[in-house]
Formats: sequence, structure tokens, C-alpha cells
Amino acid sequence: MVILFALKFFTFARKPVFMHLLKLSLFNFRNYPEISLEFSSKFNCFAGNNGTGKTNLLEAIYYLSFCKSFSNPTDTQNIMFGQDMFMIQGQYKVNGQEDELYCGVKRQQRKVFKRNQKEYERLSDHIGLYPLVLISPGDAQLILGGSDERRRFIDGVISQYNHDYLHHLLNYNKALAQRNAMLKMFAERRKFDAASLEIYDELMIVHGQMIFEERKRFFDDFLPVFNKYYGVLSGGTERVNIEYQSTLIESDFAQQVLEARDKDLIAQYSTVGIHKDDLTFFIHDVPVKRYGSQGQQKSFLIALKLAQYTFTRDIKGFSPILLFDDIFDKLDENRVEQLMTLVSNDTFGQVFVTDTHLERLESLFKKIKAESRIFSVEAGDISKVSTQH
Amino acid sequence: MLQAAVEEFSRLPGIGKKTALRLVLHLLKQDQEVVARFSDSMLRLRQEVVYCRQCHNISDQDLCEICRSPRRDASLICVVEDLRDVIAIENTGQYHGMFHVLGGIISPMDGIGPSDLNIESLIERIAKHKENIKEVILALSTTMEGDTTNFFLFRKIKPYDVKVSVIARGIAIGDELEYADEVTLGRSIINRTPYENLIKK
Repeated sequence: MVILFALKFFTFARKPVFMHLLKLSLFNFRNYPEISLEFSSKFNCFAGNNGTGKTNLLEAIYYLSFCKSFSNPTDTQNIMFGQDMFMIQGQYKVNGQEDELYCGVKRQQRKVFKRNQKEYERLSDHIGLYPLVLISPGDAQLILGGSDERRRFIDGVISQYNHDYLHHLLNYNKALAQRNAMLKMFAERRKFDAASLEIYDELMIVHGQMIFEERKRFFDDFLPVFNKYYGVLSGGTERVNIEYQSTLIESDFAQQVLEARDKDLIAQYSTVGIHKDDLTFFIHDVPVKRYGSQGQQKSFLIALKLAQYTFTRDIKGFSPILLFDDIFDKLDENRVEQLMTLVSNDTFGQVFVTDTHLERLESLFKKIKAESRIFSVEAGDISKVSTQH
Repeated sequence: MLQAAVEEFSRLPGIGKKTALRLVLHLLKQDQEVVARFSDSMLRLRQEVVYCRQCHNISDQDLCEICRSPRRDASLICVVEDLRDVIAIENTGQYHGMFHVLGGIISPMDGIGPSDLNIESLIERIAKHKENIKEVILALSTTMEGDTTNFFLFRKIKPYDVKVSVIARGIAIGDELEYADEVTLGRSIINRTPYENLIKK
């Protein structure tokens, strides 16, 4: 039922509600003692040299959406050196109504997170209310890293609209862990008992099959969106593809589990199943991971994340905030221009960009004639350079 | 000597060094005979308590009180994880059949496989008395490990053509619906019961 509902959403996606950050105030956050900024509802750019604190501003915005930093899991390490606490305050405009978010972290005290002066009991209630998609250099792991990074990416997108999916995934992982433990137990005790193993086989098959089918269905929807974005970025000159790989495509899962039993017993872990699924990314039929240039890899990542953005937008019904951290590096001028023109479209919401070259940003936004505000960042101090309507 | 006593106490589950010291100091202040009674009862507990040959419940004889009692319904066997569950079910006063204590649930991650539990003896018991057994009730935790164990037992019992049931799962009595989690509420809707059954009980 949930699946049907989600599909409906994609076909009849409404015009998204506009949400944007009006004002951001920081106190002792990383390298900012005290600062207050007012933003454009479309493009906001932070220009400055390395280490001046451009990314820290994106971190603060990220904090307000996800209640945590994207680079540092320890809250207190975001407090300015030598200080006791930090505060982040943000004023949002959602559907014409103003919302105020507050996040405060004090050393040796728990994090306080408030929405319109009311403190949350559980942070999980907040996450998802102010959706945001971040594209940063760290995303390169999605292409270069292990297959678990890519599975986590698809699982993250699917579980946003399909509640059952997460349930199946959790159960599958638990059954898998127990099955692996049992295989080890057989080896240690030198005693094999088929009936015991079969109970976990059955669980893995039931949940694994559901996950496989949902991933496949997801890909059929995802691929065209991805292709569209990559086409825009590259000017349509490169042919790209994503291949979903799973042993389940070839034959019946139950049969595979049975056939792999001897192998599993020797290996002492489960050798077949959806925990081995992977995605392979191709440009002109060769894998991007090995043969793609850095610029192509970056374009690939951006198209992946923009496709994710589109999914999130259609599910939530409003445009997430988009953060681009240092993405102009390694992209040619054409691609940068294509990308910015694409996200200036009104199906995309507010956008934040960091870059090291002030002039590059200024000429870029003059050229695409988008509403924008450019800030110059110098070691914890920010000045507004220009505003364009 | 004090150190040794503290060490022994802190071996017990849920007892840390500080609590252990407090208990030892308390015992030191007591009369000799109080302490003697204390240690004697501990010793006897370990020496005299045995496990029932049939159901593995604790007992002071070969067969436990429940298995010996002529007033209990021998055609019902309730399968539970451990002794605590026997006590809990006995306290409800709603059950008058027999028990079978597994001694845990299957969880290879915790090093417990089916052969570590009293499963073989349950199957033997069912095989031996299958004409007299009307129903086997599985009363295990509703965790994944509990469900796995239920599934394993069901497959083992199936060949003997004995009815197997599991205890009802759903909204706890006195709970409000809006606070129930989705899985539980979903189950409750699917496994609804005729209203008459509710009044009768």
C-alpha cells in the first residue's frame, strides 16, 4: 500500500511549497564568535580563501536540519576553541509562515533543540521537517568507496517514502547476523545441523526478496531522473548508465541460498543475498570508478545527488535547501554554468554555494541573471559584497 | 578477608563493588547466627534444588510440583524461556496446564544454538504422550529471536500432528491506541477477537 502511495506521488507531483532560510545567527560556533546574516531566497554564495570558514556556515545550516554536523560527530567539538557553548539560530519562511529554530550545545550538557521556542523531546521528530541536500567533496566515497556506501545511499532514499522497506531491511540484517554467527558456531563445534540453519534461510529469503523487488522498482524510477540531470550537466555529450547488480536478478533467491550452503559453511558467512548488492556507474560503457576523469566523477555525483533531491522534494512536497560545498573545483566553466542554470529553475529552492574565487561567482551570477547575494568570508568575519535581484 | 567477601558479592549480577562492600559491612554487623542462616540457605539452595526431569523447572524432587500435581491439565504444555516466565504465568492464575522450560532462546550471536536448549526433551515428551497432548502453547518473547525459536519449534513439532499455538500479541490492557507502535497496532487489527470472547473472560 505504501508503495502504491509513493508511486502516485511521483506521477502527480504537486508544485513544491517554497521554504527558505531568512536569517542565520551564530554564537561561538567553530570560528565565528558572533555573526548574523540575512539571505536571499535563491542563491547565496560564500567566497573566501581556504580555512576562512566558508564550510562552517554550511555546517550551521546543516545543523538546523539534521541536528548534527556533517563532518564531526562530536557536538562539543563544534564549540569555538576556549568557549563553553555554541548557539545556532535560524529563521525560516515556510508557506508564508515564519519558523524559528534554535540549537544550543553546552559542554557537559545535553543538546537543546527548539522550534518556535518549544524544545523537542526527541530530535528524530525534527529531522525531515526542514529537508536539505548537501553536495560536498566527501560524497566522492559514493563512487570510490565500498559497495556499502552505495547501498546506504539507495536505502536512505527508499526508506524516506517506504516505511515497510526499513522494517524488512532491519529484519534482514538481523537474520543475516544470526545466520553468520550460526555458521561460525557450526565450524567451532564441528557439527552441522540443517534444520537450525533453515530457520535463518527462510527469514533471509522472505525479507531479502522484498528488499530486492523494491530496489529494482526504485531504479526504474531513479535512472531516468539521473540521466536527465547528467545530460544537462554534460551538455548531452556523454552517455551514462547505472547498473543495479544483485545475485537475485539471475535466479531464484531460495534456490541460491540452498546452492550456496556448502560454500557458506566453508567461508563461515553468508555468500549470497541482497547484502552483496552493488551499483556500477558507467560512462560510455566503462566504469566511472576506474576510468572516469575527476570532473566526470564529480558530475556523476552531482547528478546522483540532484536525482536524490528530486525524490525528496516529490515525497515531502516542498523544495529542500541545497548546499554545494566547494563543487566548482574540477568542473569546467560550462558545467558550472549548466548546473547553476539548472538549479536556478523554480522547482529547486534556496541554494548555498561556497567557492574560493569571488570574481568567478560574481561573473557567473551576472551571466545567468539569477537572484543572488554574495558574501566575502575572511577568518570569522563576513561582509556582504553584492546583491542582485 | 573483607576483600575476598567483597569480590564474591560483586560477582553477582547487578552488584558492583560499592554495593558489594555495603552488603559485606551489613553482614559484619549482624549476629553470628543470622549470617550462618544466610550462608546455610545459599548452600542448600545450590545443593538441594534440582531441575525437573520432565519440564526442567526447578524442583526439590525428581519431578517438580507442577508435573506431580494431579490437578494440572496434562494435555496442555506451555513452552517458556526460563523460570521467571513460569513464575509470571503462575501468578496470572489463568493457566492450569504443564510447562516446559527451554532455558533460553535460539541466538547464535550470543552463542546459543538449538542444541544448547531443552528442545530435544520437549520433542521426546510430545512423541511419547502425543495421544494425550491436545495443544502446545508457545509463550516466548516477541523479539526476532523469540520468533525464530517459535518457528524452529513449530517445524520440529509439526510431524506429530499436535496443535501448536502462540500467545496473543497486541495492545496491552489499559493502553491507549494512539501510543501504540504501528507494528503492534497492525497486529492487533489483524488478530482481532470476537467481542463475545472478551466478555466471557
